[in-house]
Amino acid sequence: MISAADTPRSPRSFSDLQSGSSVAGRALRWLRANLFSSISSSLVTLVLLVLLVEALLSFVRWGILDAVWTVPGSDSSACRAARGLGACWAVIGEKFRFILFGTYPFDQQWRPALAILVFIALFYLSTRRSLWRRELIYVWAAALVAIGVLMWGGVLGLPFVSQERWGGLPVTLILATFGLAFGFPLGILVALGRRSKLPAIRSLCVLYVELIRGVPLISLLFMASVMFPLFMPDGFNIDKLLRAQIAIVLFAGAYLAEVVRGGLQAVPRGQHEAAEALGLSYWQKNALIVLPQAIRHVIPPLVNTFIAFFKDTSLVLIIGIFDLLTTAKTAVIDPAWQQFSVEVYIFVAIIYFAFCFAMSRYSRHLEAQSGPAK
Amino acid sequence: MIGIVLATVLGTMIGIARLSANWMLSRLAAVYVEVLRDIPLLLQLLFWYVLMQGLPAARGAWNPVRGIYLSNRGLVLPSIPVGSGQLVVLATAVIGLVVFHLLRRRLIARQMLDGRPRRAWLWAVLLIVALPGVLSWALGVSWTITLPELRGFNFVGGLTLSPEYFALLIALVTYTSAFIAEIVRSGIQAVPRGQWDAAVALGLRRSFVLRQIVLPQALRLIVPPLTSQYLNLTKNSSLAVAIGYQDIVSIANTTLNLTGQAIEAIALIMLVFLTISLSISLFMNWYNARIALSER
Repeated sequence: MISAADTPRSPRSFSDLQSGSSVAGRALRWLRANLFSSISSSLVTLVLLVLLVEALLSFVRWGILDAVWTVPGSDSSACRAARGLGACWAVIGEKFRFILFGTYPFDQQWRPALAILVFIALFYLSTRRSLWRRELIYVWAAALVAIGVLMWGGVLGLPFVSQERWGGLPVTLILATFGLAFGFPLGILVALGRRSKLPAIRSLCVLYVELIRGVPLISLLFMASVMFPLFMPDGFNIDKLLRAQIAIVLFAGAYLAEVVRGGLQAVPRGQHEAAEALGLSYWQKNALIVLPQAIRHVIPPLVNTFIAFFKDTSLVLIIGIFDLLTTAKTAVIDPAWQQFSVEVYIFVAIIYFAFCFAMSRYSRHLEAQSGPAK
Repeated sequence: MIGIVLATVLGTMIGIARLSANWMLSRLAAVYVEVLRDIPLLLQLLFWYVLMQGLPAARGAWNPVRGIYLSNRGLVLPSIPVGSGQLVVLATAVIGLVVFHLLRRRLIARQMLDGRPRRAWLWAVLLIVALPGVLSWALGVSWTITLPELRGFNFVGGLTLSPEYFALLIALVTYTSAFIAEIVRSGIQAVPRGQWDAAVALGLRRSFVLRQIVLPQALRLIVPPLTSQYLNLTKNSSLAVAIGYQDIVSIANTTLNLTGQAIEAIALIMLVFLTISLSISLFMNWYNARIALSER
């Protein structure tokens, strides 16, 4: 990895310039170096500045000054009066419980909220390098069980809530996290299978990976929601959410397998041979020697795959599962609020952005840590 | 796919903008990339689609340049009616381009031998512009541009992009271009600094250095990840079903609902996508092998 400072045309930082006499002098020099270094550069700066100020002004006017923040009762007439002039953020206040939690029973909505917090805590713990130990697997198992208990209920005095009523952010997080938790071991197995010496296993794994990677996730989801029930015996019906979850696990497995395979290729042959010379079995060799090194190599691309994957869970909208995006889309079907979908989409976009941006920062941070300092 | 070409052009421009010495330009490009990369494509698609629907009706269409209208009926552009005569002329121009390309390689090879520069642009004008032009005049092909006109409630003439298609195109192009920008940036940054310095020391211009020295080396790193972005773009186009554009998935879905032949319909979708994906990756592998470093 080459840092930005090494490139010939990257902006120079404040401290690179000779230290000036005053702050104003330094600022002036920084301006000249980075914004007005030549005539064309100055021109670009000025044009961009004008466009930026204009865009910001109109956004501030639309989003803050002329916006409607609250409405009395559930009456959207104030919003409709401001239509075309300002945003209607009142729709968020009106609908955010539905967008976040879907049709989950209203008085029980603290449970999905708590589940979201458990998810966030779990993600946070998993990012701490000092906590990367075997115990983390147990923590994951415990957290996933806790989330199941919170969402389903039926024990500990919590009323049972069936899957059809789940919705919103918890569903998005469940699809992504469970897809990851099951897709990752599957991916490792398939990656090992692709390097197997047995032709049957190898070609099966190649076929699986290429087939899944060659088709869009949507067609897999369709297959899960339409075709899968056809192959099942009569009366045996798996829930729609679970079927989508299986499709997502299969999809994730294929992509993660390719990432892990890249890592496996980076482990030198000598490591395999040394492990075999010690008399370790195939599984011992892979679990103790090869895989830990392989996965360490591919942590940044793994995080990138997770990000892509988190965004892809939004596709379940098409088969009608109530994830975050679907609840947002459903929320604005209400005739009173129909015209304000832009605001709702912005709200949901901010949630997705927060999760993905945090992950991409983390991946950048990992890359900076593991790469040799240049 | 128009999307691939547009996304590549936009992505390359933004990738280079991120490396610009101009602080404002590079920051803005970085914000563009971060925002677009971290929001699901489906959400962006719905967002653009809603914006399209919020546009004024055809009568009050937004009309920035004469002949271009943007309204809730979609984007209307001026068009040139293409018949068989026009096709012949265009085909001649394309053949001229190919011939010129081969000729230029011959000329450069001869320049390598004796060191005398040879003028290629004369041939370019002759083959690409003059020859098709003469042919067009001889055949009497007309190149009138039809401007769209507002009649009643809709537009007549011109080329209309439906709002669904236009939203899909914007969403796919901007989303993919953010990824391509990152690929281009990392590719260019991976070219050693010495290459820049050496080229500048030879007294070459910056734009020349970028085009002739840095980009060809960066391409070797750029092409493999670019291939997978093209594949993603192709697969992502199936999201059109979410906003009701009649692409293959949506048509197959309708067929499925009408006939109940689920297995056949879905097998058809998968077959089509597998064919497209495999042909793109074959082409890109061929291109990759061509530009790869040929070591002695």
